[in-house]
Amino acid sequence: MDGTTGRADRAAWQQRSALRVVPAIQPRKLAKVPFVELADGRLQGVVSSGSDIERVYVSSISAGEHAYHCSTNNNRPCGGLRGSPCNHLHALADEAVLQYGADRVARYLRVDADGVTTGADLIGRLHGRHEATPAAVVFSRFLRHLAYLELPETTEPIPELHWFPATGAFR
Amino acid sequence: MLETHLADLLDGAPPAIGDALDLVNGFDDVLVHGFARLTEEHAGALAALADGMAGTPLGERVAEAVGKVAAGSIGDEHLAVLAGARTALMGALHDALLAGFDTALGRTRQSWGFDRPGSARLVPRNDPDQSPAPAGTGVEVGVGAAGPGVANLLAGCRSWLHELAIAGWRGVDHDIIAASSQLVEAMLAEPGLRRLAVLLDGLVAELRASSPIATMEHLPVRRWADLWTRALLLSQPGGLPVSTPVPVPKSTVDVRGAETLSGRLLILGVDVHEHGTAVQAQVHGILEPSGDQAPRLVRTSVGAAKVDTIVGPSVWRLLRGCPVLLGALAEHRALDLTDMPLLSSGDLVWRDDRASVGEPSDPFATARVLLAAALAPPVPPLDRHPVRIAEPVLLEGYAVTVHDGGSLTLGLGGHTVSVAVDRMPDCGPLTQELVAASSACLGLMRWDGGGWALSPLAVRATVKRKTVDTHSGDWALGPTDTKVVKAGAKHGDAVAVLRERAGRLLRR
Ligand SMILES: [Zn+2]
Repeated sequence: MDGTTGRADRAAWQQRSALRVVPAIQPRKLAKVPFVELADGRLQGVVSSGSDIERVYVSSISAGEHAYHCSTNNNRPCGGLRGSPCNHLHALADEAVLQYGADRVARYLRVDADGVTTGADLIGRLHGRHEATPAAVVFSRFLRHLAYLELPETTEPIPELHWFPATGAFR
Repeated sequence: MLETHLADLLDGAPPAIGDALDLVNGFDDVLVHGFARLTEEHAGALAALADGMAGTPLGERVAEAVGKVAAGSIGDEHLAVLAGARTALMGALHDALLAGFDTALGRTRQSWGFDRPGSARLVPRNDPDQSPAPAGTGVEVGVGAAGPGVANLLAGCRSWLHELAIAGWRGVDHDIIAASSQLVEAMLAEPGLRRLAVLLDGLVAELRASSPIATMEHLPVRRWADLWTRALLLSQPGGLPVSTPVPVPKSTVDVRGAETLSGRLLILGVDVHEHGTAVQAQVHGILEPSGDQAPRLVRTSVGAAKVDTIVGPSVWRLLRGCPVLLGALAEHRALDLTDMPLLSSGDLVWRDDRASVGEPSDPFATARVLLAAALAPPVPPLDRHPVRIAEPVLLEGYAVTVHDGGSLTLGLGGHTVSVAVDRMPDCGPLTQELVAASSACLGLMRWDGGGWALSPLAVRATVKRKTVDTHSGDWALGPTDTKVVKAGAKHGDAVAVLRERAGRLLRR
């Protein structure tokens, strides 16, 4: 659509002020993988360690190249990476599929989405190699994510939120 | 809302709407392509905007800004003037629509008194020497009081919005999106900038989710231009009232200059607003002030920051600082208020410690008995945009039509109104099936995309031969539907998990 359109042929959708642009995400159990996102050209997230409550792993898969990596948030390499994606990467893929739907994750990573329904399907179609990337960026995004929950509640009206109606009951 | 009301509302569309929107659309197309690449057609659209504003107080400045921009000199001040022009057009549209609504329904609305003492703003209580608001504005202007940090953030915001305008939506790339990250983070930490931060955070998430925008088929053209314009105005020096969000439950700010009211608040329903990192429950109700004053339509809002994985009924968990208000919502009770601050916009600035749960109260009965005579509040000048119109109405005796795809219309006499099924929140129990089976609907009339639609707050429906009332706030204290409770149990408590992680990882 370009600037040549007139009043009549402009899609009604384009003339709406309040609508949902970011696709809805599905609720999922957060205990194991508290943070998943499709951002910065990667599927990336944070996986809680099964054995040490203080430790988390930062796992990522790049779109297109499919380079993958997993390390602790202190950049200690994950012991599970032995020439193939570790359990943390599997968990990341599983939870990403739950959160965003298989199709959206596959499209983002540029994997053939046809027939992909699980995280394992997704991992099976990766053609990249292990490539170390620093954990700091993803980990700090996770901390920033958590920091939202520390902000105080407010009873001052925020009129700007009229542009953001809650949705979702109608599917 | 009677048949004649609906007829008057739908037949009485102000004739100039299309012309005003043509000017807005012209401007919005420029934002799609970017001010750096103005075509002749874009220049024409801007010239038309200048013509449209001629004879208004902004006329000369818009003409000057359009001239400069067309010549390739795109200063911050020019963009601000253009944003002002677009805001004025949307404001005029808002006024015409709301006046049409008030006329059709016979709703009496207070006028905006620019020097009324009730034109309140929020100021920090710990600053006893705060000078009074300048007369005539209704809001305290100037960021000086809020410190240089805020001024720098606002400047950063303006320059980011400038960059967006130059690039146009089609030219927004990863770098522009990433550049907003620190800015939004810093603004969120500044209580007085919360509104702007929430707005920008919502816009940025949409740009990120829509990337690559260059190849996106359809853009939300009006919406993004609205958000850009709004952000640019709020980031002008003095664009935001000097205000501090009221932390819940212990308030550290006083609402100075606001009238305080005591009386009984009868809830009509709750409208929920949400994006990935923010949620706001806005309660609509009728306040019966103590003494002889007429009942007034009011709103009151409770908001919290959130993350995208907290969805559905879990969002109520974030609003636990107002248990009295949420309890009244869930249990359909009136609230007894003592000295509750009321802004001149008709917003009660909720203080849970100044409210107590009262008698059972049926929102349908409230609407039937009190809505027609309740005095409606005026709209603050800067908030005049059609998106803010959310007028409570009660519809009864209609015929429901279910269309392909599940959309609904309600027919009353010879007129039909759409139901905004897409804005029923998943944090509440309303569904399109319930609306389809309903005989009465309490909702908000809204205008968007060229027409009016009813956004349901509550329905009275016949389910298995029983009459059942369902309200959007029924789950304010947690879901009451066993299926929903079970689904929630399966996913665990997202808020608790993330708070545990925050406790362990953030404070190391
Ligand atoms: Zn690993």
